[in-house]
Parts: sequence; structure tokens; C-alpha cells
Amino acid sequence: MVDDDAALAEMLSLVLRNEGFEPIWCAHGDKAVEAYHDARPDLVLLDLMLPGKDGVAICRELRAESLVPIVMLTAKSDTIDVVAGLEAGADDYVAKPFKAKELIARIKTRLRRSPEEVDQETLRIGDLVINVDGHTVKRNGAAIQLTPLEFDLLLALARKPWQVFSREVLLEQVWGYRHAADTRLVNVHVQRLRSKIERDPEHPEIVVTVRGIGYKAGEQT
Amino acid sequence: MRRALTGADSGAGTGASRAWWRLPVEWWWQSLPLRVISSVFGASVIVLVLGGFLLMRQASLGVMEAKRESVGIEARQALDAAQQQLNSADLTGDPNPDKKLTELALRFANRSGGSDQYDVIIISGGQTTTAGDVAATSVPDNLRAQVATSDDLLMAPTEVIYRDDTEPVPGIAAGSGLTLPGTGRYEIYFIFPLTQQVNILGVLQTAVITTGAILVVLLTFIAALVARQVVVPIRAARRAAESLASGNLDDRMKVRGRDDLARLATSMNYMASELQKQISQLEELSRVQQRFVSDVSHELRTPLTTVRMAAEVLYEARDDFDPIAARSAELLQTELDRFEALLTDLLEISRFDAGAAVLSVSEVDLRDIVTRVLDGTAQLAETSGSQIRVHAPEPAVAEVDARRIERVLRNLVVNAIEHGEGRPIDILVVADDHAIAVAVRDHGFGFEAAQAKLVFHRFWRGDPARARTVGGTGLGLAISMEDANLHRGWLTAWGRPGMGAQFRLTVPRRAGGVIESSPLPLVPRDLVLSTLADGIGKPVPALDPAPAVDSEAQRSDPTKLGSGPVAAGSSPASPPPAAPSPVPPSPVSPSPSDAAGAQR
Repeated sequence: MVDDDAALAEMLSLVLRNEGFEPIWCAHGDKAVEAYHDARPDLVLLDLMLPGKDGVAICRELRAESLVPIVMLTAKSDTIDVVAGLEAGADDYVAKPFKAKELIARIKTRLRRSPEEVDQETLRIGDLVINVDGHTVKRNGAAIQLTPLEFDLLLALARKPWQVFSREVLLEQVWGYRHAADTRLVNVHVQRLRSKIERDPEHPEIVVTVRGIGYKAGEQT
Repeated sequence: MRRALTGADSGAGTGASRAWWRLPVEWWWQSLPLRVISSVFGASVIVLVLGGFLLMRQASLGVMEAKRESVGIEARQALDAAQQQLNSADLTGDPNPDKKLTELALRFANRSGGSDQYDVIIISGGQTTTAGDVAATSVPDNLRAQVATSDDLLMAPTEVIYRDDTEPVPGIAAGSGLTLPGTGRYEIYFIFPLTQQVNILGVLQTAVITTGAILVVLLTFIAALVARQVVVPIRAARRAAESLASGNLDDRMKVRGRDDLARLATSMNYMASELQKQISQLEELSRVQQRFVSDVSHELRTPLTTVRMAAEVLYEARDDFDPIAARSAELLQTELDRFEALLTDLLEISRFDAGAAVLSVSEVDLRDIVTRVLDGTAQLAETSGSQIRVHAPEPAVAEVDARRIERVLRNLVVNAIEHGEGRPIDILVVADDHAIAVAVRDHGFGFEAAQAKLVFHRFWRGDPARARTVGGTGLGLAISMEDANLHRGWLTAWGRPGMGAQFRLTVPRRAGGVIESSPLPLVPRDLVLSTLADGIGKPVPALDPAPAVDSEAQRSDPTKLGSGPVAAGSSPASPPPAAPSPVPPSPVSPSPSDAAGAQR
């Protein structure tokens, strides 16, 4: 939990503890990565406006070395900061002032370990092989590192390769939003996913854009 | 402005019969130099014609007077000489005194030097003797009459007529009686042609006309130069002013010299720099203000988050509190929602004010948005008891920012529920080729026609005495208006006290398109139809026999509609309502299934 506001941090700690989490607070941007190394948390709550190193930079550094889910806390949901944060690797964001329930829901979605459908062993999408249980994606035997969110996104598309997913549906299935939310989340993460799994991200073959509707899995090769 | 108007008029081609004089008139009013040059030209022509005329008159009078004098002297000398000769001559017994006279005349004529200075005519009784080529008819009759009774030398102007084909010229005739001793009285006339004088005057006239013409041309040219000297800086000033008006605040005029025009330029430049200063000051102020609002909103968010979470904790635990603390926790919770909504709206407004709001358009069916909005407001509608009926028979796909349109429609629907007094609310979605209109009609309090614009003002309250039930922020309609403007769409309100209100959103089908008319009239359709029926004096004619129309028409109170112009008189909201009468009410189908659909 990286936030410079002590009162909010304390309140968040109370709420999170109440939900059974173990929050660790870091108040300064420069110490965030260090704190991450010390504690190795399951999820990072990151304020974008911090003293010292700012949230986007921290996000980028964490993402460079780890697949840990990152949820941004932001007071300016409309600015370029949000997109910058998402592009830097944040999975989701919560705009202040948020409700405790909302935040908890976001956190739980990100920590969810696809408990359903353990029966399916492997899925194929394009030339990728997805091992659902093992949470791994391989191309020609070489593993591709995906964050849990990217994996969920790919899995959602791969499970129903015949279906075109609208951004809203993806938001609901992958991010757990029940109401319409910011579709920039989908756009940014599809870009990030493509940059990892596509041979040529400019001409995607696995996650294909369906103009005016959304995305679908590419044809089986 | 004038230029544009007249240009448009003549461009419209009002017919050749009228156009021929319009063009010069147009030029006349358009061009200051043209007016100056024409005025100078006209004035100098008049002056020069008058001057030339006077000059010619003076000159000819002078020349003629001199000639008259010399004619008098010469005629007297000749007469005296002739008399002497006649006196000395002995004509007594001469059988042919006429011959003598002819000789005499010829001698005079020759004595005049053969230069045709004058010719002589001698008349005695019925006989006429002439020397030279002049005809006897050159002597005017009145002169002859005078000479017959007088011995003085008399003169009169005449026309010299020649016996050959030479053109007649003006001349002077001098005449007197001549006594031939023994024979009787003769009349002798001297005819002086004015050929030379006429020639001189002719040359003079030519000179005057030529000089005049050259002067007119030169004066006109000078006028053109002067006009140009004045007009060029004025035009420069005009261009500078126009440029300033169109926002190029850095434009300045060139200042040359120290004359009035230079001072005009200086003043213009001063005005421009003052304007620029003021505008940049205002811009800076406004920027600071917007920045401040934005910062305040953002800064409030972090503590608000803490407060909100604390309030939630208290709210969750309210069962353990005593009643006062429990109720306080509830109030805290609900008011925080309102506070947050206000903050969000404030931020949104400041975003519009800062010009930071941008559209992210996508193609959506507005009916889907309506459905979503109704899903979101179903609970509120249920609480207030308003039944919401949707009339949206055909697809209404447009390129819009779905988030903003949803916000607008939610605002309108919530507004209608809040002011609808539990009566039914109708939502109409109608599309034409260029635009899509969504109207939200309630049958609640309504408002005065004059308030149709005010309702979009920030924090405006129709009736301060009325309590707020839903507790909107007071910014909802203002934001909706901004959202509509951002789409280049219209948001208009119609209302009458006791007859409810209708808000109509019209957006172009294509992003950036321009709407010229809305597919829906501004005045609610049910009123239009019922007044139509009232006006004809019978139910709605075969316009559309669908029972839906009747039910629509019957819904409104006919007694209130008796005040004729109410429905026809459009509120002063910005775009004029589309002609209400010919709208076919086909999309109106408040079938139970639709209503049920809306009630989900």
C-alpha cells in the first residue's frame, strides 16, 4: 500500500485488516520498490501522486521485475496519468473517492485464482498453448510470462474462440465490473498482451480487433 | 455587413431587369474612393463648364465690341469718301447712273484691300448694285427700314449670305442714305463678315474645351490619389481591426508620420495592446480559477476517501449504536454520496470550462443507452411511482460519446422522475437521416415558458420553496447542456405550469455533423396532437388512425389546452421547434409490452 496520506493509509489498513488482508504501508515513492522487495506482497495498491518517485515510475519498475497485480489509486481519473499508469503495467485503477467495498472487490478480483473449470487442461489459441491449471502460456515450448490479468484476458478470449467480446463484456469477465466502466482498461491491456504474445503486434493474429464491437480470438493455425 | 448582404442579394440573381442598376449602386456604397472620385469628377465638370461658358461669353463680347467700333469707323470713312465722290462726280445727264454706282461700289470694295474686309451694296429704288460676292439679302430688313428714314450711319448684326455656295457667316451690316445730286437718294450698305472673329472664337473655344477636359482628368486623378492616400491607411486599420477581432491579438498597424492617419494607427495599436492585455489577464484569471477548482476537487478527494470509508465502517456498525448515533451514521453516509456527486459535477464543469472535455465517439444505438439509463433509475422510478414508457420503434444508431449521452439521459430521466409527481414519464427516441432526438416528457409541475433557458443554468432552482427530494447537485442540466454542445447537438427544454415539461436532446448521426432540424418537435407531441384536434373541432383526422394517438391526445387535460397558443407558442429556447403539425405520430406506441420493458 503506497500512499503518502497517513489518515487514508490508516483507514485503509483498518478496512483491509477487517477483510483479512495484511497491509504494509509505504509513504514515500523512493522506498516503494524496496518495501516491495522486503515484503513480497500479493498485490500492490499504488497512489499515483507521491513524494519522490511517482506512481507511474514505480509501476514500471515493479512490472519490470514482477507479475504482481497492481491497482492504482488515483484522484484524477480523467487525466493522462491513468493511461500512463495502465501502460506502465497497472492492472486496474480505483478513482478517489472510492467506497471500501469497491476497493475490496477490485482487490479480490485481482487475487482470484481461477477456481472454476479445473477440468480443462490445455487450450489452444493461434499457435499458443495455454495451460489453465499451470497458469502458463507457451509458444513452441517456450514459456511467455504474463501477468495474472493478462492471462485472464487471454483465457477469456481463448475459451470461446467463436465469440466476439465487447469491451464491456471483457470488463465484466476479467476485471469484475458489473456496470460499465472505463474501456481504456481493455484497450491498454490488449495492447500490452499483444506486445507479449503476438509475433507482430502491429498486425495481431491472436487477439483480433473487431471494428466497432470489440475483440476475438484469432483463427486457429 | 452591408457588403455581405448586398453581395448575397445580387448574387441571388433577382432578375436582369432589376440587377442592372444594383451593381453600380452597390459599388457606390462599397467604395469610398469611387465616391470621392465621382464627386470630384462631377464637381469639376460643372465648375469647368460654367467657367468655360463665362470665359467664352466674355471673350466674344470683347471681340465683337472691338469689331463694332472698327466697323463704325471704317463705314463712316467709306461713306464720307463715297459722298464726296458722288458730290464731285457729274452724273447729270448720265444715262446710266447705275454704272457709276457700280464702279463706285467696286472701288470701295477694292479699296478695302481686296481682303474682303467688307463688301458694298448700293440700293436705289428697285435696283441693287453689289460689289464682292455678298447677296443683297444679307442686309436685314429692319436695317433697311431704319436707313430709309434716317441719314445717320446705322449698324445691325446680320448673317452674310454669299451668292456662290460659300457657307453664310455672321457679320455686321452698316448702312446709310447717300444723296446723289440730281438723281436722288440711294442706300449704301457695308457688309463686314466676321469670319476672322468667328475663327478666333472657335480656336479659343477649342482651347477652353481641351484645357477643361485635361483639367477634369487631372483633377480626377488627383482625387484618386488623395482618396487612395486616405483610404489605404483606413483599409489597413479595418484589416487590423478585423484581424484583432478574429483573435490575432499580436497584429499591429504600421505607424508612419505624425498625421491624423498615423494617430489613428497609434490609437488602433493602443487599443489592440490594451485588449490583448485585458484578454490575457482574463484568460490567466480564468485559467487560474479553473486550475483552482480542479485542484480543490482533487485535493478534496483523498480526505473524502478517508471520511467515506470511516463513514462506511460506522454505517455498517450502526446496529450496535444508540438510535441517535445510528441515524447520524446513516445521514453521514447519504450526505457523503451527495457531497461526492457534487464534487464530481463540479470537476466536470471545470473540465468543460477549461475546454479540456473531449468526445470519444463510437457508434451506438441510443435505445441501448436508454435501456441502461432506465436500468439505473428503475429503483428511483419505483420509489416515486412514475411509470416510464419508452417509445422507440426503430434503431437509432449514431456516433456519440456513449458515456456522455448516458449521463445526459440519466440526468433528464432523474429530473423527470423528480419533478414528475409520480405521473407517467414518456421517453421518445426518433431518428431521421441526419439526427436522432430523444425526448423525455413528464407530466409534473412544469415550469414557466420563460424559464426554458434558465433551467440549464448552474445551480438554478425553479421554485426555491419546493423541497428537493432526490437531491441533485444543481449542475446536472448544466453539464448535460455542455455534453450536448460537445456533440454539436441541441438540448432544449419545454415547459408550462401544470402541463409538465419535455426535454429534448438532438444529436447528429455522424460525429461533427450539423443539425438543421430535430426529428422531434420541441413541444410535446401529445399537446401538438390534441391542439390540432381542438383546432379542427374533431378528433385527430386520418393522419394516423392508430389508437396510440388517441390515448396520447387524451392524456393531457383538454381544459388547459383551451388557452390556445400555449402549445403552439414555442419557448424561447435556442433552436426553433420543428414544424409540429405534419409529424406523423407513428413511433408512438405505448403498448403494455414497451412499458413493461421500460420498467425492468
